[in-house]
Amino acid sequence: MISALALSGCSAGGDSTEAGAEAAPCEASEGPVTLNFTTWVPGMDKVVELWNAENPDIQVQVQTGPNGNSGTYQNFFNQIQAGNAPDLGQIEYDALPNLRVQDGLENIAACEGVADAQDQFVDWTWGQVTFGEEGSVYAVPQDSGPMAMYYRADLFEAAGIEVPTTWEEYAAAAEQIKAQGSYITNFPKQDVNWFAGMVWQNGGQWFANDGENWDVNLTSPESEEVATYWQDLLSKDLVSTLPSFSDEWNASFNEGQQWTWVSAVWGATTLSDGAPDTAGKWAVAPMPQWEDGGEAAGNWGGSSTAVLKGSDHPAEAAKFALWLNTDPEALALANELGGIYPAAKSATDLEAFAGGVDYYGGQKIYEVFADASSNVDPNFTWGPTMTQTYTDVSDGFGAAIGGSGTLMDALETGQQKTIDSLKSQSIPVAE
Amino acid sequence: MSRSAAMLIMGVFTLYFLTPIWWLLTTSTKTGSEITSTAPLWFTADSAGTFLTNLGRLFAYGDGLFGRWLLNSALYAGVGALIGTVIAAMCGYALAKYEFRGREAIFNIVLSGVLVPATALALPLFLIFSRVELTNTMWAVFLPSLVSPFGVYLARIYAAASVPGELLEAARLDGSGEIRTFFTVSTRLMAPALVTIFLFQFVAIWNNFFLPLIMLRDQALFPVTLGLYAWNSQISQIPELRSLVIVGALVSILPLIIAFLALQRFWSSGLGAGSVK
Repeated sequence: MISALALSGCSAGGDSTEAGAEAAPCEASEGPVTLNFTTWVPGMDKVVELWNAENPDIQVQVQTGPNGNSGTYQNFFNQIQAGNAPDLGQIEYDALPNLRVQDGLENIAACEGVADAQDQFVDWTWGQVTFGEEGSVYAVPQDSGPMAMYYRADLFEAAGIEVPTTWEEYAAAAEQIKAQGSYITNFPKQDVNWFAGMVWQNGGQWFANDGENWDVNLTSPESEEVATYWQDLLSKDLVSTLPSFSDEWNASFNEGQQWTWVSAVWGATTLSDGAPDTAGKWAVAPMPQWEDGGEAAGNWGGSSTAVLKGSDHPAEAAKFALWLNTDPEALALANELGGIYPAAKSATDLEAFAGGVDYYGGQKIYEVFADASSNVDPNFTWGPTMTQTYTDVSDGFGAAIGGSGTLMDALETGQQKTIDSLKSQSIPVAE
Repeated sequence: MSRSAAMLIMGVFTLYFLTPIWWLLTTSTKTGSEITSTAPLWFTADSAGTFLTNLGRLFAYGDGLFGRWLLNSALYAGVGALIGTVIAAMCGYALAKYEFRGREAIFNIVLSGVLVPATALALPLFLIFSRVELTNTMWAVFLPSLVSPFGVYLARIYAAASVPGELLEAARLDGSGEIRTFFTVSTRLMAPALVTIFLFQFVAIWNNFFLPLIMLRDQALFPVTLGLYAWNSQISQIPELRSLVIVGALVSILPLIIAFLALQRFWSSGLGAGSVK
């Protein structure tokens, strides 16, 4: 056993030091291979059964755990340190830079078929897994969360209020709706990644990496515009501030207290499950725009399938990851069992996304999200300390809602703390 | 303080502690949509029927995963607490009844173990278990739960107080070996302390969450706490899990309540015995 440990440690070390910036050569292993795959998407084991039935030489074992920030990422770090990480792991886009900075990902760009797969995925999701670099692919995109606006078509019509198409109209509608005793929406103070989606739509960038230094920019003009906008709605008490996804939050949607929800594609089932009494009354429209006639959309959520550092079989792992996220049968099953909205362009061909949805009055809502997906800025970059940044900004948002400080103050504090946190981990920061 | 004031304070705190459990009970009898749309602390018209449906769904979901988790928890906590109690009792008894060099030093080291939170040990344990390739096995959770420094402490002071040296002398004169004396004579005298140690260990292992979170990858090995946590973290993807998590939480506290009620008799008599001496 000791010699086996030494051997695997040796080969992993050899690959990573020789690789440098270039992708390591990716050669197929000889003989049958067993891969471990850690995910938290419900039903993924059933999807993998399809693969296992057709690939007797590359068997995949699925391990399901709590979702990434609830423990699985920390487990990945521990396992990488201990040298027994799974071959494949599900990793959300906003956590990928962190895994990469900690040297936790294999560059699979040289593996067969990986580089050619670029065209099969929505552009911006490919940018997330390559970090915009030539010769680098650190994961295969799995799902995405393009954003649009869910709204109560019936209430808007009955009240004679136009469905807003710009943020300016949205604010005006908020006042009219408040006059009727309801809220246009809820401001989710814990969901800082939702707020980032708003900044993303506005063309803002929170992080940039020039290959050497990280540039932190939570307080860019675009970010400030979004913060000021929502601060204004909060100050005038035009939006509620319930904890999102809580029972009371669900209840306020169910009772018609909320007229809109600007959210991601996966929110469709959250809404239909949390607010069953309002079935048939909702519709989906593109996100309100900052400029009249604009088409920009933000993104909230989404994840990838990455090959983790130390895998003995990166070629087979990459092959499986590609199949998992492009095979029509696999995508259909992952959507049915796990609610996955695939990052593959072919997702629009899936039956599940073709028809009208009863809960949304029979509207073909996935057409709206497909459009939104193509209008997401492909260059958005996440930083390597997102969990920390989310916590810091969320604390500040909470304080702002409590009346001390503003959303902008929260971003300024988050900016400073993020820079401190990067420095404390010896990650170079540009200033 | 007058008796009625004391009763009032106790009443308020009883209410404070029981309300969440009451909420758990009422909410377990609701469908997903009723959770948000009905009064949170009262039942609905079809409570009993919905409760049975929820229970059925709970044990059917994911090929009966929940039942497996319950069994795992029972195994980790039941066997772990039993063996842990025997080890702690032997250790505490030896420290109380035998004179040997370094006795106090050993006792102090064990005692300082009470101060180290289990959470702080989880990561070092993971790295050690990784070395011997025991992570993601039942052993990874089972072996660390055999250790109970508090149990050693309790066993020592109880053995010192309740097992008379004369009795041990008499047993030796009668030709009984040390091990036989321990299991036939001493453990009976120490029974209340042993029940207490067992209960403490049982609850601690049943509620242990962080160690399994770090050690286990395979859902089939999860204890019920980690399983429910994993489900809870998936609610945003699979909203139907919300009601299963709630019913599952209710079911998962039942074994603890049963263990306490069943062993309470021994336990309270033990506390009483200590106080009179």
